[in-house]
Amino acid sequence: MGGPVMTKAELLARCEELYEDLDLTSVREWKEQNPGGRAVGYLPTYVPREILHAAGVLPVGILGAGEQLEIVRGDACFQSYICHLPRSVVELGLSGRLDVLDGMIFPSTCDVIRNLSGIWRILFPDKYTRYLDVPQNFAPEVGGAFYEVVLRELWSELCALSGREPDDEALRAAITLYDANRKLVRELYDLRAAEPWRAPASEAYLLLRAGMVLPVEEHTRVLAEYLALVREEERAMVDNARVLLTGAFCEQPPLTLIRTLERAGCDLIDDDFMPVLRWLGHDAGDALETDGDPVRVLAEAYLGDEQESACRFVPDGQPKGARLVETVRRRAAEGVVCAAPSFCDPALLERPMLQSALDEAGIAYTAFKYAENTGQMQPIREQAGTFADTIKLWGDE
Amino acid sequence: MKANIVKEASMQRQKDMIAAHFELLARAHETGRKVVYTFVPGNLTELMLAFDTLPVHPEINALQAGMRKQSAGYIAEAERAGHSEDVCTYVKCDIGMMMKGNIGPTGQKLPEPDLLLLSYTGCFTFMKWFELLREQYECPVAMLHVPYQSTGRAEPAMIEYVVKQLRTEVIPKLEAVTGKAFDEDLLRTLLGNSVLAEDDLVHVLESAKHRPSPIDAYFGGVYYIGPLFTAFRGTPEAVEYYRMLREEVDARQAQGLGPITPEGPIDDERFRIVVEGPPNWTHFREFWKMFYDERAVIVASTYTKVGGVYDRGFRHDPERPLETLAEYCLGCYTNLDLATRVEMIVGYIEDYDADGFLINSIKSCNSFSAGQLVMLRAIEERTGRPGCFIETDLVDPRYFSASNIKNRLESYFQMLAQKQTGHEPVEAAS
Repeated sequence: MGGPVMTKAELLARCEELYEDLDLTSVREWKEQNPGGRAVGYLPTYVPREILHAAGVLPVGILGAGEQLEIVRGDACFQSYICHLPRSVVELGLSGRLDVLDGMIFPSTCDVIRNLSGIWRILFPDKYTRYLDVPQNFAPEVGGAFYEVVLRELWSELCALSGREPDDEALRAAITLYDANRKLVRELYDLRAAEPWRAPASEAYLLLRAGMVLPVEEHTRVLAEYLALVREEERAMVDNARVLLTGAFCEQPPLTLIRTLERAGCDLIDDDFMPVLRWLGHDAGDALETDGDPVRVLAEAYLGDEQESACRFVPDGQPKGARLVETVRRRAAEGVVCAAPSFCDPALLERPMLQSALDEAGIAYTAFKYAENTGQMQPIREQAGTFADTIKLWGDE
Repeated sequence: MKANIVKEASMQRQKDMIAAHFELLARAHETGRKVVYTFVPGNLTELMLAFDTLPVHPEINALQAGMRKQSAGYIAEAERAGHSEDVCTYVKCDIGMMMKGNIGPTGQKLPEPDLLLLSYTGCFTFMKWFELLREQYECPVAMLHVPYQSTGRAEPAMIEYVVKQLRTEVIPKLEAVTGKAFDEDLLRTLLGNSVLAEDDLVHVLESAKHRPSPIDAYFGGVYYIGPLFTAFRGTPEAVEYYRMLREEVDARQAQGLGPITPEGPIDDERFRIVVEGPPNWTHFREFWKMFYDERAVIVASTYTKVGGVYDRGFRHDPERPLETLAEYCLGCYTNLDLATRVEMIVGYIEDYDADGFLINSIKSCNSFSAGQLVMLRAIEERTGRPGCFIETDLVDPRYFSASNIKNRLESYFQMLAQKQTGHEPVEAAS
């Protein structure tokens, strides 16, 4: 999205176009403009995109097909009771829409995505396929040492794919680039929390989704442009309920669902959509000044991150939900929407613990399930509307 | 099928071992023995026994509740408390059981855990399960993260990672809870016992290569794996049990006898089947009957490898006690990638000369189930033997539709019969 500065409407229209483009046209264009460049897809929730970038690989977030694709071949690969995401990812693959990708990375999010790595190897034996184990032990000399090995293997494999040699300078540069990107993502969230009417969730979501397919440098420019535009823009303040959404870290809700929540009177001032964009909550690059090994820096940034995720073990002494409650307080949210995909083990097993923490903290919440292709919005609109009304009418009691 | 049903001595022996274990559990707080909850896949039984702790396996309690028709009530209790209908029913059954007083399968109250030993092997849900239990019991969790064998190999870095966790996380927590120092020599002795029992279990499982098979390696197999997969691996009792079992199976084989079922032995084996996936526990007998009524014998199964894949050569090595535990955890069936699982099943079909294979897709268990339809096609292509696919659940009776499953199995067996007779029409299966 280079060229002349766009208006906000143009910027958002371009992001929506990227969101709807299941054929990954922008990735095809990038490869045409970067002969020899490779593109590798990754599934939620977290992959170290810096490693891909340093190997000369464009990281491409694959988040399913939303509500846009009829699933036929994908259904033939899975049993009845399973979330929708793997069905649509397989459909995308078998329909040739992912042919532009030179490989796929499946992170250790849950058993479904884990097994999807095996399905991919069987269905696409000629493609590079990688399962990425991230540590659940956070001691640097234990989990950190293991993760360093994993990262070095990944880097080496990706370099073999792209024909490059692993280069520490390239990785340092990538860490700095992604830090800059994460900084603007944080600014976007901060703005949403401070003045939600200025950067509504439905707009912010499209901007973030663009980060799944655009090169990081370009995505950072998009974020900067949007932030500059909306900060200057006169926009009417809306007195909606300030709510935080949790549970949507993997299979994404359709955009219409986010818009429905807004129309129902909920300002989503924070969420866990696409956690890969802000998994490292701090600037990993700061450590580069004292540690010359960028792989170790990246590994330790992962270990030291305070991200609370259903996919990450919470060691003893750190109560489940404490981070959620802290975020609600810090963001001055008035309630929480627990929105999880149907049959999502991590989100749904986590939910009772989070709700218990919210109960103890006296924070209002509502809960529902969705699928990426959920079409019926009326029940959600009614539920969210009632929730928003409840907060507005009795929130102070 | 014969009408006379004889319980073999090993069956009684196992029953006595389990009863004695639950008796110890019931008196644990009185006797001061520490109680460790843990899971079957990747269980560190020898290590727990080296600290004189008493293991409890929540998924075994859940399946026992399923077999005793108590699971529906427990699951309903958990769902009323806010647990989703979509998630693992073992978890909900366990939580519901806890909410109802934590009465175990023998009718005695189970003691609360002193430690939750979370061997995170081959199942994501285990992690959430013990996070949930930690909130209820307010006891420590020892987390052992076991990397997934995504390429079918346990890489040196994986083994090193698991060993480091044993040294820095698991053993220190066991020491803290029990007040006992780690005794590596005792661990070696227990691991030596394990090897003897493992040899005998493999001998028993491989007896099914014989025609007729003297065992059913699925419905019977779940009993055979019991001691080795739960609280007894490493004990002299387990060694004795497996020696006894081996002798019984050898005797059956020598006499040309088929497997024992609840309605007597199968004497005229008709179909030889390999099964992938866990059984349904709420209708275990009814499900089994659908097979033995057709004289279909399960000659190999993957479920009997969830607590260790011994028939591919793995044995615990007392000379490398922590490394061998790491390799054991890494090698459990559900920690293996799909291609390796396909390879194993293809091997079973060929080695055991099976007529076909069945996949029982379990609603609760994505670790097993996600991708099984892709596996089915891959196995059919490789072997030319037909597969059958059914869907049930572990312990939620709402997901066991007996008539649908029976219809599917009858059609499948009919097709196998036609293949056996060179595609000549045969009578519909009874």
